[in-house]
Amino acid sequence: MKVIKEKHPLAMRWTHWVNFPILTIMIWSGMLIYWANDEYKITLFGYTFFSFFPDWFYNALRIPHRLSEGMAFHFLFMWFFTLNGILYILYTIISGEWHELVPQKKSFKEAWLVLLHDLHIRKMAPPQNKYNAAQRIAYTAIIMMGIGSVITGLAIYKPVQFYYLTWLCGGYHFARILHFALTIGYVLFFVIHVVQVILAGWNNFRSVISGFEVVNEEPKPIIETTPPSDEKPIQ
Amino acid sequence: MKNPFSKKHKGPKKPLTVEQKISRRNFISFGTFIVAGSVAYGGWKWLYNSPEEARTVTAGARAPLRRALNKTELAFRRVFSNNNLVKTYPKEMAAKNVRHNSDIGSEGKINVNAWKLQVKKHTGEVLQISLDDIKALPKTDIVYDFKCVEGWDQISHWGGVKFSDFISHFKLDAETQLQYVGLATPDKEYYVGIDMPSAMHPQTLLAYEVNEKPLPPNHGAPLRLIIPVKYGIKNLKRIGSMSFSDNRPPDYWAEQGYDYYSGL
Repeated sequence: MKVIKEKHPLAMRWTHWVNFPILTIMIWSGMLIYWANDEYKITLFGYTFFSFFPDWFYNALRIPHRLSEGMAFHFLFMWFFTLNGILYILYTIISGEWHELVPQKKSFKEAWLVLLHDLHIRKMAPPQNKYNAAQRIAYTAIIMMGIGSVITGLAIYKPVQFYYLTWLCGGYHFARILHFALTIGYVLFFVIHVVQVILAGWNNFRSVISGFEVVNEEPKPIIETTPPSDEKPIQ
Repeated sequence: MKNPFSKKHKGPKKPLTVEQKISRRNFISFGTFIVAGSVAYGGWKWLYNSPEEARTVTAGARAPLRRALNKTELAFRRVFSNNNLVKTYPKEMAAKNVRHNSDIGSEGKINVNAWKLQVKKHTGEVLQISLDDIKALPKTDIVYDFKCVEGWDQISHWGGVKFSDFISHFKLDAETQLQYVGLATPDKEYYVGIDMPSAMHPQTLLAYEVNEKPLPPNHGAPLRLIIPVKYGIKNLKRIGSMSFSDNRPPDYWAEQGYDYYSGL
């Protein structure tokens, strides 16, 4: 029998989908800014593996020579990004949803088993509630990354007025590196997230829009069988 | 009381089946999703294609984004304090090759002996100040991390006169009651406007030395602004004139779509 099972609360669905376009705009406008001083590369033992970013990439996205535009967009949408994040975190704390989200002690061990299961190496996945161990870690990490982006962002946006944040981030120069690295992290998260959502299928995807999943439950027998009593028989 | 518009129900309302509940909730949530998504997309299109601001002291930005930049400036200035100082470093850490980005308004060489700083007071009086007059004032050095709007930064060492010392020595205190300082190169090709609190910040210098040597032409000989609470674009090289105003003075990069305030 089909049963509606509530999954994602309305506040979570709204903040999730509001965040998606805002973060896209933040990443795009961030690239317009980064282009003006695009000095980051992955270099190991003197060999450069990758330069952020190649010309074909910049040209395909029409990024070059748009620094002032990028700053104007970035410094408007930062408000919405931060506000939406604060709303989500407040909701998660007040509603108690954080119990489902924050990793537990066993999560770090279990996440490995989840990974093996997802890679079809292991048959059984550990039992879970709303989120499995890997999801708990990933979804908590992405929230911490969001907080990190706001802090590193403020540290490079107003390094004199928010000097304590700049200090916390290891100085202006390093804060810019962190801010950039976090953005790369979002993109990696996004890729894995989308693949996982596709693999999880329609029922799961729909739950982030409509809030519920449809599950099949065994119909309950009409005649109740007497349950075995836990009480000790009276002597 | 009976509502004449209410439909008459035949008997008690039937509870919805699970299937009906599912399709009803899907309809509402996906409908909302599509409508909200379309509105958001429309809003983005509107913003992206919004007309460029009317050319005033600022130009080159989309009108709504310029409003946002100005509003953001006001929001931040409310909490900013001039007591917050830029971090300073020991002079050994200063770069030997100081990065040079642009020569607008300071191309070529300048005859330092003939140079005079013109200070236009609001009374109309114009002071002509020579470099020696400025060098006679107490010298202040600063080694700090210079920050460019492009994203690079470099620790550099500058020496000169504190802007606030300059003001009090030349009895310009009445001018500091106005809200802005305007600076321009002798050829008027490059010009900046600085809000008075930032100009009077204790680390703002009228610099005539870099790495303890007189400024070379490409770093703004004979006198340049070093204002650590602003991006490099506000650190005007080769100052020719100084003026004071309650309105925002013209600003080269604010006319190219950049934030007028550009404070750090």
